[in-house]
Amino acid sequence: MSEHALDISLTVNGERVHERVEARKTLVDFLREDLALTGSHVGCEHGVCGACTVRVNGEIVRGCLMLAVQCDGATVETIEGLSDSGEIADLQAAFEQRNALQCGYCTPGMIAAAQDLLKRGGVPSRDEIREHLSGNYCRCTGYHAIVDAVEAVAQARAGAKP
Amino acid sequence: MKITDDSPPVLTALDRPNSYIGRSVPRPNLARLTQGRGLYVSDVTLPRMAHVAFVRSPHAHARIAGIAADAAKKSPGVIAVVTGAELAEVMTPWIGVLTHLKGLKSAAQSPIAVDVACWQGEAVAAVVARTRAEAEDACELVEVSYEPLPAVTDPETALDAKTPVIHASLGDNLCFERKLDVGAVDKAFAEADAVVETTFLFGRHTGVTTEPRAVVADWNAGEQRMTVYHGTQAPHMMQNLFAKHLGLAEQQVRVLTKDVGGSFGIKVHTYADEMATVALSKLLKRPVKFVADRIESFVTDIHARDHRVKAKIGVKSDGTITAFEIDDLTGIGPYSVYPRTSGIEANQVVNLVGGPYTCPNYRAQARVVFTNKNVMCQYRAVGHPLAVAVTEGLVEQAAAKIGMDPLEIRRRNLFPDDGYPCASAAGLKFEKLSHHEALAHLDALMNYAGLRAEQSRLRSQGIYRGIGFASFIEVTNPSAAFYGVGGARITSQDGATVKLDAQGALIVATGITEQGQGAEAVVAQCVATSFGVSIDRVRVITGDTDNTPYGGGTWASRAAGIGGEAAWQAGKALRGNVLAVAGAMLQAKPEELDIRNGVVVDKANGTERLPLDELARVAYFRPDTLPPGFQAELMATRHYVPRAWPFAFTNGIQASYLEVDTDTGFVKLLKHWCVEDCGTIINPQLVDEQIRGGVVQGIGAALFEQCLYDERGQMLNGNMADYLVPMAAEMPDIECDHVVSPTADSELGAKGAGEAGTAGAPACVMNAINDALRPLGAKALTDMPFTPGKILRALGKV
Repeated sequence: MSEHALDISLTVNGERVHERVEARKTLVDFLREDLALTGSHVGCEHGVCGACTVRVNGEIVRGCLMLAVQCDGATVETIEGLSDSGEIADLQAAFEQRNALQCGYCTPGMIAAAQDLLKRGGVPSRDEIREHLSGNYCRCTGYHAIVDAVEAVAQARAGAKP
Repeated sequence: MKITDDSPPVLTALDRPNSYIGRSVPRPNLARLTQGRGLYVSDVTLPRMAHVAFVRSPHAHARIAGIAADAAKKSPGVIAVVTGAELAEVMTPWIGVLTHLKGLKSAAQSPIAVDVACWQGEAVAAVVARTRAEAEDACELVEVSYEPLPAVTDPETALDAKTPVIHASLGDNLCFERKLDVGAVDKAFAEADAVVETTFLFGRHTGVTTEPRAVVADWNAGEQRMTVYHGTQAPHMMQNLFAKHLGLAEQQVRVLTKDVGGSFGIKVHTYADEMATVALSKLLKRPVKFVADRIESFVTDIHARDHRVKAKIGVKSDGTITAFEIDDLTGIGPYSVYPRTSGIEANQVVNLVGGPYTCPNYRAQARVVFTNKNVMCQYRAVGHPLAVAVTEGLVEQAAAKIGMDPLEIRRRNLFPDDGYPCASAAGLKFEKLSHHEALAHLDALMNYAGLRAEQSRLRSQGIYRGIGFASFIEVTNPSAAFYGVGGARITSQDGATVKLDAQGALIVATGITEQGQGAEAVVAQCVATSFGVSIDRVRVITGDTDNTPYGGGTWASRAAGIGGEAAWQAGKALRGNVLAVAGAMLQAKPEELDIRNGVVVDKANGTERLPLDELARVAYFRPDTLPPGFQAELMATRHYVPRAWPFAFTNGIQASYLEVDTDTGFVKLLKHWCVEDCGTIINPQLVDEQIRGGVVQGIGAALFEQCLYDERGQMLNGNMADYLVPMAAEMPDIECDHVVSPTADSELGAKGAGEAGTAGAPACVMNAINDALRPLGAKALTDMPFTPGKILRALGKV
């Protein structure tokens, strides 16, 4: 397979990374297998479930629908980086308080998607929250608690009632 | 520091200082998961670990004439290509039967098919390589010669004489049959003023756990020990099975279960590919990892609910139900799944139909037949969604037929709240249920009268909304009556060990397992309360057969009721031991002391006497200062199993409010309510979230989910783009409320809550759709899932 491998350089969670990767390797497999960033999860491998949601150049993407080689020169942020930067600390606390996760497998992707909505500002309606998260599959919670948690953070960030 | 505002009012014996019973305590260690720092089996890597991928049969039924593996063996990174015959040298086959399901039969199943593949997706060869990608590359190079055999795909004709028999050794395609005839059914139908007879169809569906099944097996030839990192609900059960079929003693097998990405009953069974992975590790003397991909999951994760139920109800014009009758037929694939069998679901349907009602006349027949589709077995709320949909569908159709309000017909037939203990026509024994109180709560919670008025007003504007209900009972806290008596080594008891560490904090090891339900939180709450420390001083260990008490794990809504009670008792036992030490140190009577907020106090007035860290320091490092002959015992274990009742039945009622677009057939869910009674509520938030998650899983069955097969036994929609699951945008807010009737079988009084939502949701969504369409003259829909196409057909629009 080495003839199908390419060298890539990118920034992952603020660290410079240089790796040789197979051309066919997806971004999420690269993150999990080559960088041992196992917080991004593999759920369906065909872009439906959202468990592999990560941020590339500021936009959320499906880590299973993007190839690692497409990320040459890119800035990638995973749940580990978003956690350590403190950017989503309030969302994480709200998920924990509201029990907006059970098995936790969808949670990194769900939080990344929720943050993508919340960083636009304002307080989205429950329907808008549901719509924005509609690409992230959760089998455990039934979504109600997740919507509650995201709504509470939106209100808190907007300075409204907690 | 007791918080009273979220505590149910009934907790007297449990109402100690430091009480966490009835409080919505956040689960410990959730930050690990919100930060992506959990450890799922799919995250596990070990030195020298290889990856296995399976060559799977593309045929539903075929003889394996030959396997040519030379090209695959030369493929880059390949370590071994192994066939079923080769793996049979390492692992014995199994047969999924239970002796208490009389007559249930099945054939021997191997980890990899030998000679004949019996469903599309059954593994016929394994390729082990350095990486999963290399293993998959080589799978494409394995040439299997198949001789296709006729596939049995229609349960209705599976028993016909001209239908081929899948396993010749069994004689026919009948796995299990049960008949029941109680009371005077024919007379009761004859005396009915109205009879409703219909057929309910349930879509075969599956769990779709977010993390697929995963296992890493590590045979250490030097230790002669097998360590299995396994995403399972029942580590001790799997320890027994791995050992048994590898010819090892149980002490040679350790099963480790850390984070599990969803289970729902999917991960409590024996899977051929997981057994093969464990056998391959022993064969190759190195760690081997298998993680199912999503396509594999759809054709190998157990399916469930594929039933056809012909059903009949008789009712008097005053609403009295005179009789129920059902004929259930289900096709469970080519094997009864090991070790819980595939007869339980139909058995539950027979047990549960009519369960909430006093009607004494009931006739049932259930037949379980073999087919050449993926296997079916127990999935969340086993049999309940079917039985509840049949019962509640009949009850609401009967109510409509006699012109009675659907809540009123229930009031006239539900077991009275003051009539316990009692038994159902099928023989289920109820200790204490609360159907009428739950119904009254629901009536008020949803403002039923107001919704009816709104429904009526909107109908005049051409907007068709429906209100549907489902009363239900749920089997929880199973005793040995479920599996143990049938010969399966699936324990119904569970244990907890509590240890005081050298700084006065607690470590609890429990046999129940955590897949997100909150089992660790419940155990911590129970121990903190019965021992007397703040909950942040309690750490819980689960999922390790080397280091936890022997236990059943988490399934059948048993973790809180059984594992919680064991933890409660273990905490109490350790408190007694610790107070004995304190008594010796303080020259006081232990019975006059207590532990509150981690401090030994005078029981009478709460005066602080001794902090636990000081007690631990003396007991561990200066035992020489304790009285001669006194030995501190700072670890205690207790076990619990329900004995007074075979099952702790719970009850509840759900309601759905929805709108049907009569032009497109789309259903918009507006709101869902559930009032249920799981006895003592240890953690209200966790109970409500179990209900909500369960309801949405049930809604999936009602509206979206179905494994579609063609007549050749090919699954047509085995991926997440074509198999629809509930997503956030389509789901409603779900309001929960509770009635509390504790079981007297345990001190805690907790029953299970994990399956109530799934049990009732499909029925009440079905009833709500039919309620919406009734004024339009549509024939009642009874064929789940209720897709837009089916709704438009019922309306005569397509």
